[in-house]
Amino acid sequence: MSETVKLYKSNQPLLMQGNEACGWGALAAGCRFFAGYPITPSTEIAELLARNLPRVGGYFIQMEDEIASIAAIIGASVAGSKSMTATSGPGYSLMQENLGYAYMAEVPIVVVNVQRGGPSTGLPTKVSQADTMQAKWGTHGDYYPIVLAPSSVKECFDMTIKAFNMAEQYRVPVTVLTDEVLGHMREIVILPEPSAVKVLNRPRPVDPPEWYKHFEITPDYLSPMASFGEGYRFHLTGLTHDESGFPTAKPNEIKAKLDKLKLKITRHREQITEIRSDMMEDAHIMVFAYGSTARAARQAIRMARKKRFKVGMVQPYTIWPFPDDKIAPLLENVDTVVVPELNQGQIIGEIERLSRRHVKVVPLQRYDGELITPSQIVDVIKEEHA
Amino acid sequence: MEQQSNITHKYLRPKKKFPNVWCPGCGIGIAMGAMIRAIDGLGLQKDDVAIVSGIGCTARIPVYLDFNTLHTTHGRPIAFATGVKLANPKLKVIVVSGDGDLLAIGGNHFIHAARRNMDITVILVNNYIYGMTGGQYSPTTPVTKLASTAPYGMIEQSFDPAALAKASGATFVARGTVYHATQLSRLMAQAIERPGFSLVEVISNCHTQYGRMNREGSAVKMILWQKEHAVPATVASKMTPEQLEGKFVIGVLHEAQKPGYVEEYQKIIDRFRAADEEKLGEVVVSG
Ligand SMILES: Cc1ncc(C[n+]2csc(CCOP(=O)(O)OP(=O)(O)O)c2C)c(N)n1
Repeated sequence: MSETVKLYKSNQPLLMQGNEACGWGALAAGCRFFAGYPITPSTEIAELLARNLPRVGGYFIQMEDEIASIAAIIGASVAGSKSMTATSGPGYSLMQENLGYAYMAEVPIVVVNVQRGGPSTGLPTKVSQADTMQAKWGTHGDYYPIVLAPSSVKECFDMTIKAFNMAEQYRVPVTVLTDEVLGHMREIVILPEPSAVKVLNRPRPVDPPEWYKHFEITPDYLSPMASFGEGYRFHLTGLTHDESGFPTAKPNEIKAKLDKLKLKITRHREQITEIRSDMMEDAHIMVFAYGSTARAARQAIRMARKKRFKVGMVQPYTIWPFPDDKIAPLLENVDTVVVPELNQGQIIGEIERLSRRHVKVVPLQRYDGELITPSQIVDVIKEEHA
Repeated sequence: MEQQSNITHKYLRPKKKFPNVWCPGCGIGIAMGAMIRAIDGLGLQKDDVAIVSGIGCTARIPVYLDFNTLHTTHGRPIAFATGVKLANPKLKVIVVSGDGDLLAIGGNHFIHAARRNMDITVILVNNYIYGMTGGQYSPTTPVTKLASTAPYGMIEQSFDPAALAKASGATFVARGTVYHATQLSRLMAQAIERPGFSLVEVISNCHTQYGRMNREGSAVKMILWQKEHAVPATVASKMTPEQLEGKFVIGVLHEAQKPGYVEEYQKIIDRFRAADEEKLGEVVVSG
């Protein structure tokens, strides 16, 4: 029945918000469960899914808080539904303990964080990129997150789908890190029919239940995943566990588990990471920008090129894992990297690490609730060019 | 006795390393056995049952059981269970956890699941203390009793879990003890069978922490205390408050007929099934 439902008007121009695009993307990716708690500037995602999930036989529920929201989507994923929640800084902070549970228990879920200014309640209606490091390090322990950063309404749609695909493939939580501007701005988009969207599902067990291990260490570190109610009757716990899922205190099993959590991501870094580069062929200066800041950067390099500055731009769509192997070669050919960010300096640390002092790294940081403008970036380029 | 043991073994995981984490004489094992017999008595298939717990001694129950088992984070099992139930409403979802887990850190989830009449059964093992972390006071520790963090006696008032569930909207509330194990099993079966939110509070003994600090004696002595102080609901209804002083009531404490959450949500889904899909698509996009 879900196949016959017309989710949205496909293949024709639609005027839509980034938040709405996240919601439609989730539905197109096969999301059938959403639990959330209202918070500006993310709430439109929940509202769209409250209206539309029952149309496809899915469930929406507004929980009592964000801790419960992420707990519920983990439970739903374990029972076989592709699941998502959406929030902003204060809610994302509350989700951190259970996000760690999903890393440990290897449960696919998608979390959209529509960033606003922080710390604390901060700036509910103003833009920020200050959760960049929280998205990597937010919960305790060692783990390897996947975090995607769209920069347009269409990319909100595409990357929510990609987030589901990667969550399923690698059995991890995936965060889609957008922001207040992306979430609320409207652009004309043309969305594909849901049936034309590439959708990946979790690897399914081929072994009979007696042989099944929910955390089997396979050559590529990705284990098949059965759901509750299918005859496999496995155990899930946030305690460190063996391949069957039972708690362990054996050093070799503990290490094997933590290695698995790491290697299932690092061994697939090439497939996971994605960047876009513009006008980098002859560039001496690179502007490195993600999310809504990348929009200003794109405009800025066009303006600077008109002034004959040799400048290009690199935009990571995957910010964690950081696309080292794709960015490092591009750093070889430039003298300077300008890093505009809506925070006091977060992603810039990664560029400094990769440039190993051979390249001059120039910050451009804004954290007054406003966007960095293209001319602010051009001014820095001009200064560096001189 | 032998027959009971056979039933229990049918539902234990043979590959899971035994012995268990519980102290000898702990009531949690009795509560687990009662739960197993309740499920067995209802004729439920193992594949159709999910057991969800938080963190604590009680919350270790699922790992030993051959069902779909989910040992979650401290205080959150009801929220996880809500997701499990809604993703696969065919599953019987049972939460089993301690008084600290469900009423302190998890109190918010407890009252809200009861309010929405979510279709899950909560088995709350009340030992009046935080067992696993070494005897700190919990929301059910009675006033004046000692705990490692109430070294001069408890001065906070305690929760009555059953009254809290009833006030929050639960449609089935019962209380049993590990002494009255047969009745406990029956109460659990009644709870599991019903739609909506059901609670079975299980009065249990933590002689290692609570009993030791409050000089209440051995496991046997503490379980006999339950026998002496429990009053069946049918009898209690004929007693005065003075007569009930210092006692507690066991049996079914509250029942209400209301559709569960899943049934209500299904009505919304069905409304869409019946309607003209084409038209709805357009309304939603422009709205
Ligand atoms: C977030 C968090 N805080 C604290 C703890 C430590 N902790 C583990 S069990 C527990 C209390 C358990 O008490 P109760 O729920 O009454 O269960 P019992 O052990 O008595 O069965 C606490 C505080 C934890 N695991 N997680």
